[in-house]
Parts: sequence; structure tokens; C-alpha cells
Amino acid sequence: MEIKREVLSGPPGPLSAGAPGGAPAPLDFRSRQLLARDMLRGDLEGEALERYVEQSVLTTTVEKAVSWSQGNSIWPLTFGLACCAIEMMTIVGARMDIARFGWEAFWASPRQADLLILSGRVSVKMAPVIRRIYDQMLEPRWAISMGACCSSMGVFNNYALVPADKFMPIDVHVPGCPPRPEALMHGILRLRDKIHGHSPDGWRERYEAVGTEEVLEPGEADGTRDAAINVFPGGDTAGA
Amino acid sequence: MALDTADYRRREESITYTAEPAGQGETHELLTLNIGPHHPATHGVLRLLATLEGEVVRDIKPIIGYVHTGIEKTAEQKSYWKVIPVIERMDYLSYYFNAMAFCGAVETLLDVEVPPRGQYLRIIHLELNRIMSHLVWLGTSALDLGAISMFWYCFREREKILDLFEMSSGQRMHTRYFQVGGVMEDIPPAFAAKVRAFTKEMPGRADQYADLLEKNQIVFERLHGVCPLDEASLLRLGVTGPLLRATGNPWDLRKAAPYSSYDHFEFKVPVGTVGDNYDRYRVRHAEIYESVKIINQALDGLPEGPFITTDRKIALPPRHELATSMEALIHHFKLVTEGFRVPPGEAYYPIEGPRGELGCFVRADGSGKPARVHMRDPSFVNLQALSPMVRGSYLADLIATLAMLDPILGGIDR
Amino acid sequence: MPRSTCFPEGTPPVPDATGLELTAHELRDHNAEAILGTDFARGRAVLLVDPAHVTDVLGALQTKGYGMLASLHGVDYYPDEPRLGVLYEMLDMHEVDRITVKIRVPTDNPRVATATGLFPGAEFPEREVYDMFGVVFDGHPDLRRILMPEDFIGFPQRRDFPVGGEPVLFTYNDETSYGKYQ
Repeated sequence: MEIKREVLSGPPGPLSAGAPGGAPAPLDFRSRQLLARDMLRGDLEGEALERYVEQSVLTTTVEKAVSWSQGNSIWPLTFGLACCAIEMMTIVGARMDIARFGWEAFWASPRQADLLILSGRVSVKMAPVIRRIYDQMLEPRWAISMGACCSSMGVFNNYALVPADKFMPIDVHVPGCPPRPEALMHGILRLRDKIHGHSPDGWRERYEAVGTEEVLEPGEADGTRDAAINVFPGGDTAGA
Repeated sequence: MALDTADYRRREESITYTAEPAGQGETHELLTLNIGPHHPATHGVLRLLATLEGEVVRDIKPIIGYVHTGIEKTAEQKSYWKVIPVIERMDYLSYYFNAMAFCGAVETLLDVEVPPRGQYLRIIHLELNRIMSHLVWLGTSALDLGAISMFWYCFREREKILDLFEMSSGQRMHTRYFQVGGVMEDIPPAFAAKVRAFTKEMPGRADQYADLLEKNQIVFERLHGVCPLDEASLLRLGVTGPLLRATGNPWDLRKAAPYSSYDHFEFKVPVGTVGDNYDRYRVRHAEIYESVKIINQALDGLPEGPFITTDRKIALPPRHELATSMEALIHHFKLVTEGFRVPPGEAYYPIEGPRGELGCFVRADGSGKPARVHMRDPSFVNLQALSPMVRGSYLADLIATLAMLDPILGGIDR
Repeated sequence: MPRSTCFPEGTPPVPDATGLELTAHELRDHNAEAILGTDFARGRAVLLVDPAHVTDVLGALQTKGYGMLASLHGVDYYPDEPRLGVLYEMLDMHEVDRITVKIRVPTDNPRVATATGLFPGAEFPEREVYDMFGVVFDGHPDLRRILMPEDFIGFPQRRDFPVGGEPVLFTYNDETSYGKYQ
């Protein structure tokens, strides 16, 4: 049986065809296959080699590459405090599979974990313990405050609880009591966006409300006023 | 009377077991090991100070309070129907039971009657919650033992139960479905069919779990004959629930002092013989089948009628009445703004939760807010049994026993 | 008397008033000053006991058959004096009977003997009552705080202890309150 070989040396026809701007048209599959075969054999040289390299290599910055890989393989710490822990366990379950994002490796050791999902109410006795665990985690590390109890005080606004913002920096707050697994999923995907470096402005972009942020006069952040002024570009809403 | 911190350290670490000579007259060193409050076992923030001699546990001191939420204090600040969401979050796997105990106590104080349909609906949701609690227990306990895939199977069934809860009340967890006098609203038309579809396949699934675990030599050796505790000690410690039933004592409040129409149903109470970890596992596993039976019977006999008491001073009137009746409007207004008032008195209402006797003590002082709410949580009392159980066994057996004890730290710490 | 239908007709889950009075008589024969009073309301029997004799009464009830201490909890009866109450819910598993023993102690001398000698399962509940209300149980093997941190000052579930909490966050107090971790 005769094996037909096609030699693609020199400027091959398909590569030079294309738009007058000079950008080569994408190759069809067979040509790419043959190019790859030549590459593996070491038969490509010169201009063909350069063109091959250009077309098959992704160029980006080191930061973006690193943050892409970090965001797609976060190792959360097994840290369940109360009811939200059960909903956190359900996203490990089969219905809301957290493994499709690469996050299924829950570690018990803080030294090897990236993410601390504070799931549940943080009591006064537990807060120093959590802080210690967070300190034991190595950089880069993130924290999600899951549920209403650790984000704000939740259902229980009393002597026994501490909001997580008081003792550690939190990246994403997920509201809910307990947040549905889909809500927690949304929260962790927002964290992933944040790690990748393109976290959107959220609802203000969607509702074309950019510019309606409440503005405080300089020097007024000390809480001397009861209510913030609502700044609308379209006019004065006195008393609102 | 305040003890200083040094004294606490001394008391916590004091070794209550003195090492006796072992082997050729040499004494082994006792090591105090701190397990938790953050630890790989998925049972909440429980801290254990284990005194070990080699791998053998000589003493265990549980230290709790790491998820203390002040639920009972918060409940004193809220009107009675607002206490229900607060109290539900106590034992966070058996939220319907928490609400049932509280509603039962308030109904005793108010002398209000729950209509039969309300009672049956309560029972359906309570038994579904019991199955769900046992499924989470089974999944996480098997995870602790190393049978990791059980976790996914159990949570798959749990998702089905949570779908049913979402269908009847709109929320997966902490549903606020039980109200004083009955349930919040009637079940949707397809609910019964969906529950029947679930109960049809649940016994088969439970059989599959049994097949997966019980014929496994490793599970057998880790559970069989491990850490038994006799019935008399458990009774003295106040332990109830599957732990007590594993020793052979058939104490179950659903049979002994039936509440909310449990006496209308035929079901058995699984008991064990020896009281070791294997019996505790089997009792809980068998309770799943009994709960399925109760749910089927409740669906078959579900009576018609109101689902909440018709006393308008306690329960909200149906919305269509607000358009026609002035009294209904006034009642609605008073109930939503102020809530109902409960005449002064005290009540203790015990029910059979998945972990034992769950009781709610309510003291009312005539106003619209309770003066004291105390939940007698079964895990709080059952945790005292951990220390006698694990004395003399290995550290790995401690983990298995802790799993079989089924402690829920939300209930322990409240 | 009207009873809640939460308990079905015919099952007496607690001793009725006559049974309660008989029990009180027996205990008074046993120890004259122990029982200060009885109370029966809505199907629940309560024996009001002098705090000095509580172990006596609990032991007598235990031999009578109430072998399980279902619950031990504290109540703050502010502003009634004596202010702090401790309730022992006892359960007789063979007769399916419940009875409550209530003691009241004042805040200036909140001492009562421990029940751990009779019921070892009272250890954790008594620690909780001490932690939350300040009632000191003499003879308890290890009386220290159980739910609050060990250096906490105050007894949280007393009625005059403030509930506490954090202010609600708005934009104006976001930075100054706990809104952002500094």
C-alpha cells in the first residue's frame, strides 16, 4: 500500500491565502494535522516554524495565567460552623457539583487550603480560633462569609455573635439564611471572577445606575449624620 | 465566684486517670491531645481534650460553646411567632422538631387545639425531617469512617426531601412551616403524589445503603463491639433516643406519650441488643423504614379540614376573609403588629427528635413575648455519654463513636 | 379542666392533682420542711421545694420511680424574688409520668446542692445554669463556664443582662462600624 505524503515546506498555499490585510486564514483540519506531524518530526523550519508557533501559542501575562489557574482550582478549607455548613455540604453533593469548577478538594489542614468559607454563626468563643486558622493559611488566600450570621449579625443580633468583618478580611459576602446552594455557587463564582481580575460592577451596570452611589462629604465618614444623602443626577429629591 | 483562666487550664487538662504500670512494670506517658474545635470530622465545632496513652484513649473532656448563639436570650425579645424562626436554627438538622416542641409548648399554654389535618401535616413533615437527619448522619458518619461515596448517595436523597420541603413551604431549610396552632399553609395539590413517589423509592435506597455498608468487613470491624455502654449508665446520664434504643430499651416518646396523633399510626420501634456502635447504626438505619411507613399512613388518612386553628386570636385569618370581614381585618392587624398574648404559666413539651428527647420549656408572663424559652436538647445530654463510652478504646474508635453519637453542635451550644 | 388535645384523651402524661398531692404528702412525711408548695396547671405538676433540701427530694422521687432527669434548666423570675429558679424535670419511664421540682434562690446567695450524685447526667446542665444565671451548685465536680468564654464576666441569661448586638450597617457607618476589616 502506498502512503501518500504531502510535503508542506516553504510557503504553503493555504497559509498565504487569506485577507489582504495579511492575516492568514485559519487552516483546515487536515493541514493542521500535517503541520503538527511535521513539527513533531522536527521537519518544520524557518518561517513555517515561526508561523506554527504563533498560531498555537497563547500569549498572556504571567499574572493573568497564574490567577486563571488559581481561580479554577481553589482548595477550600473544611470549615463548617452551623446550618450553613449543611448547605455547603450540598454543593459538594451531586446536584450542585462544585467539582465542575475544580473546587472539590476540601482540605482539613489550613496550611494547604486557599479558601475559608465561613459557614455559620461565629460565636465569641470561636472568633479567635477562626482568626488563628486564617493566619495559618498561606498567601494567596480568600475568605467567603456565607450566610447572614457571619456577614452581618443575621437572625441573632446579640451578645454571643461576632460579625466576621470585625476580625478578618472577607472577600465575598453571601447573604441568605441559609443561602441556597445556588446562591453560594453564585458567591463562589463571583470570587472566582474577582481572582481572575474582572469582577463586574454588579447590579449598577445592569440597571444603568452607575453614578448613583451615595456620596459623603469629605470628613463626614464619622457618622455625624443619621442618613446618607442620595445623589441622583436627575434632580433634587429632598427628604428622600 | 469567677474562676481565673489559669484555673480553667488546670481543670481542663487535669488528668483524671492515673497511669498504672503496664507490661513489664513501666508506666506509659499520658499525652493530652487537643482535637478541634476545627477538625476533619464533620460534626461541628466540638473540642475534645483527649488524654491518650499511646493510641488508647484514657479520658475525654468535651469543651463546647464554640457556636453558642444566645438563641434563648434572643427568643425572649421576640413575639411568639417570631421566636419560631429563631428557635428553628438551634438543632439545625431537625428544624421541624425544634419548631414542633416550641409550638407544642405554646399551644399547651394557650390551650388551643390543633386541627387533625394540621396534626397529620405536621407528622408528615416531622418524619421527612427525621429521614433527612438520619441521611445526613449516615453520609457524614460514613465519611468519617472512610466510606466516602456514601456521602454523595445520602445527599442525593436529601436533595429529594429538600425539594419536598421547598414544595410545601418555599424554603429548603428552616422553613418556618409550623406555626402555633397548626401549619402555615396547606400543601399544594401535587405534594402528596410527590411524597408518595419519594416514599416508594426510599426503602429501596436504604436497602442499597445497607448493602454497601453492612457486608463490608472494615465497617463491621470498626463498629461491631466497639465502645458499648450499658443501659443503666445511659439512663443515669439522661440519654434518650437511638443511643438508648440501641441498648434494648424501647423508650420512644412517639409510643410512650403520643403527641399530635402519633397513636393513629402503626409503626415499630427498632431496638438493638448490645449498645455498641453497630447497634446504634442499625437502629438509626431501621428508623428510616419506620418513618416511611408513618408517612404513607399519614398520607392515606389525611383528613380534610383546616390546617391551622380557627381561633382568630392566635392564627391569621385566610386572606379572602380580609376583604369581607372587619373582625378578620382587626385580628390580622393585631396579630401581625403585636402578636398574640399568652396567659402566665410554664409549660414543658417533650417530643421525640432524631437524637432523643427534645423538650421545650416556655414561661409566659402574660405579655406578647415569652419570658423564658429553654430547649432541652438531646445532643447536649448525650454528649456526656461520650466520655464513659470511649474509655479504653483507640483513637480511631473515638472518631467512630463520635460519628455514631450524632451530636449536632447547634443544639448543644444553642 | 380544659386540656390541650396535643395529648390525646385518656393518657395521663403527668400525675393529676390528686396524685400530685399524694406525692407531696409522702415527701412531707419524709422531710417536713422540704415541700413549700404544689402547683398543677395545664397537665403539669410542679413541686416547689426548699433549696436546702433539694437532694433529699430528688432522691426520694428517684426511689419512688422517677429515675430519669429529663431536663435541668434555670429561669430568671425577675422582678419576683427569690429571683433565680432551677427546674428539674423528672420522668418515670415505667408509669410514663412527669413531675417538676422547682427551687428558687436569691441572687445574693445563689447556692444549691448538686444533683450529680443522684443523676450523673446533670453535670452539663448544671454547668449551663451556672454559666447563664450564676447559680452555684455545691459539690459539682467541675463547675465552670461551659458555653461562654472562660473569662466572660456576667451571667447572660439573667433578665437584666443586655441583649447586646451590633448596629445595623448603612453607608454612613460602614467604615466606622465593623463594615470593613481594618
